[in-house]
Amino acid sequence: MHNFVDAIRFILRNGQIPGQPHFTTLTYYALGTLKITVLAMAISVAIGLPVGLWLGHLHRGSFVAINLGNVWRALPSLVVLAIGSAFLGIGLREVLLALVVLAVPPIITNAYVGVDEVDRDLSDAARGMGMTGWQVLTRVELPLAVPLVMAGVRTAALFVVSTTTLAAYAGFGDSLGEIVSNEASYHLYGILGAAICIALLAMAIEVGLALVQRALTPRPLRRAERLARPDELLVPQLEGV
Amino acid sequence: MSSALDHDASSATGTATRGDASTALELELRHVQKAYPGSRQPAIPDLSLTVPAGEVCILVGPSGSGKTTAMRLINRMIPLTGGDILLGGRSVLERPETELRREIGYVIQQVGLFPHQTVRDNIATVPRLLGWPKDRIEHRVRELLELISLDPDEVGDRYPHQLSGGQRQRVGVARALAADPPLLLMDEPFGAIDPINRASLQDGFLALQERVRKTVVFVTHDIDEAIKMGDRIAILREGGTLAQYATPAEILDHPADAFVADFIGADRALKRLGLASLADVTLRPLNGDQPAGDLPVSTSVRDALAAVLAAGGRPLRVLEPDGGVRGLATLEAIGHVLGGAGELDGTGRPPARGQP
Amino acid sequence: MNPPVLIAAGGGGPIIPNFGGNGHAYACEQANRLFCWGWFSHNWSGTLWPALRQHVVLVLIAVAIGFAISMLLALLAHRFRPVEQPVIAFTSFLYTIPSLALFELLIPVPGLGLSRATAEVALVAYTLLILFRNILAGLRNVPADVLDAARGMGMSHRQMLWRVELPLALPAIIAGLRIATVSTVALATIAALVDNEGLGVPILSGINDYYFKTELIAAGALTVLLAVAADGMLVGVQRLLTPWSRGRAA
Repeated sequence: MHNFVDAIRFILRNGQIPGQPHFTTLTYYALGTLKITVLAMAISVAIGLPVGLWLGHLHRGSFVAINLGNVWRALPSLVVLAIGSAFLGIGLREVLLALVVLAVPPIITNAYVGVDEVDRDLSDAARGMGMTGWQVLTRVELPLAVPLVMAGVRTAALFVVSTTTLAAYAGFGDSLGEIVSNEASYHLYGILGAAICIALLAMAIEVGLALVQRALTPRPLRRAERLARPDELLVPQLEGV
Repeated sequence: MSSALDHDASSATGTATRGDASTALELELRHVQKAYPGSRQPAIPDLSLTVPAGEVCILVGPSGSGKTTAMRLINRMIPLTGGDILLGGRSVLERPETELRREIGYVIQQVGLFPHQTVRDNIATVPRLLGWPKDRIEHRVRELLELISLDPDEVGDRYPHQLSGGQRQRVGVARALAADPPLLLMDEPFGAIDPINRASLQDGFLALQERVRKTVVFVTHDIDEAIKMGDRIAILREGGTLAQYATPAEILDHPADAFVADFIGADRALKRLGLASLADVTLRPLNGDQPAGDLPVSTSVRDALAAVLAAGGRPLRVLEPDGGVRGLATLEAIGHVLGGAGELDGTGRPPARGQP
Repeated sequence: MNPPVLIAAGGGGPIIPNFGGNGHAYACEQANRLFCWGWFSHNWSGTLWPALRQHVVLVLIAVAIGFAISMLLALLAHRFRPVEQPVIAFTSFLYTIPSLALFELLIPVPGLGLSRATAEVALVAYTLLILFRNILAGLRNVPADVLDAARGMGMSHRQMLWRVELPLALPAIIAGLRIATVSTVALATIAALVDNEGLGVPILSGINDYYFKTELIAAGALTVLLAVAADGMLVGVQRLLTPWSRGRAA
């Protein structure tokens, strides 16, 4: 138990190790983790959402959109990072690239499914009232697809936080993972302190995105139970196996 | 119940359980009450009626009249809150509910066939629950598939999603009859079927009922279906009270009150004519008139009226099955049918039933 | 305590791995080519195959335990609705903890430490949300008319569960198993941080080797292949167990 007590002390000292005044602070690493997460997510959303939403709107490319998600699950993120770093190096830009590669698939898959599964009668009715394709997408399909679309974004965000910290093992030093991977300097309590911070950061991001989702979801749909957010249920519904 | 009918039933159902289960049983609802917790008025305040063994009793009424509730009380899908229900003189409350339900056939509108089981396995459900031996189950399934005019070898191994809606419904009826229950409950069984197939399913069921003679409680909201299918009709009004319980002919001739009259519709006279055939009509003798055409004596009076009207009101000649002339069907003769029940087929059973 | 990291065999060795043979047989390694088949076949039986087997065991144990727990919880939540929300909240909480943090946080827990148990606890934790949600959704999605008919024919609760609800939930359950298995295969590589076994060992060792990448690529590829194979197997299992759903989509 005293390990955890020491870990809390470590956090309260902002990551300073007694006798090592020049060590980088915990805040610095936490901000570094947050920064790369936000950057990676911004790029991934900018790429993944339009592609997924548009494919879903056209009800095309289900094979690619769905299997992208399936292949993605099988990729060990550490291996992707490591192989990437082996050939490209391990700067911010290279890590970002790897993170985007890992974060885009779930965003595309969920955005696709979210829009594709909106009741066709609704989009038909909208079209029948004279809406353009763009209006159908933004006024009818998108609001109804918010839960699934956001589920993809949330999954991707968790994955990015997780992978960013793992990147320390591939040599990327600007995240909380740096502390976890360096027991020689930070001791077990430092590792635990950093791990706690990683978990808290992930939860803060999850809660933040949940609030965003709530704000984006049309009021009557908000009460839908959480079970109705099964981003993982896609397999049987779409493959028809 | 006559012994002739008993004989009929056992021959139709062949290997069914000997003794108690294979015969139809009388059903009696005795001051049945159903109140849901939290609602001020009971769904059914006090309902009493008796269905003689082997008869079809239709529960009909507008939504909110508690007709489905009343039916589901019988096999205790919904628990009773007052009164008692007797099947063959024995209270349904006496036995564990699962045991009771295995003895009562149950057919619902959406059929509820098990999608993961073949037609054969679906029909075998209750016999398996009852622990029948394998060969007996197999024999019974085959017999039932033939009874509902499906080829056991062709259809038996199909899954429900490979059947048409009408076939699914027939399999649902076969499944309910599997253990040869003395009572059959049917909740809007043909409600989800298109009108053309519905009529043929109705005829099919009536023909089946001629053979198996079960006691049947049949829920519908369609008064025409009620008149066609029922030996007796129980009309329920909103609030779950019984407005009238009688044969179709009685209800059409003497609706108990304004609600019943309104419910059976302004065309009740026409509906009443549909229950009688030309055999029930006092025809005018053929005295030199030139008839506009011929009608068989088995024609329903309603159809005969339509034919007379189509002929510009001129009388039609009515022919016996052997070709002999029975008389002339005129507008007045037809009108007399509505004059008094005495001239009608006393059973009130639609004559169409006897036709193939 | 030892550093919980990179204690994998071969980590920190020479740039060109020394296999104990004579130099010229390892031209590929010396030239630092992308992938050396010679190394692969030479290390298959000694390093990769055992690591693969350990990996399979890690995953099987995790998915089996996770499935058992989730099934129990799902059956409970199916029967008693109020159970659902707390379970969802707790398993979502576990799911939210990044893998690196969870593995590390388990080390000081008494009885765990650097062991297979620690690895399994973390891997099981990640399967719960997916499996619970899929099993429960499968049970809940059984059509109401089918349940009504089953009850009306006199099935007891237990008979309905075994003969109707579980069979009909199978597609959703197996879908959950597929996802849980595939993601556990990938996650189990990180388990090497706390438990010196599985394909994570050669992966970490390969990462640590700055020039020689065959080990990393080989172990990474084996991980992906294992995931794909497990997924395919489960698809096969589903085809076998749910003959009624064949050709239904068509």
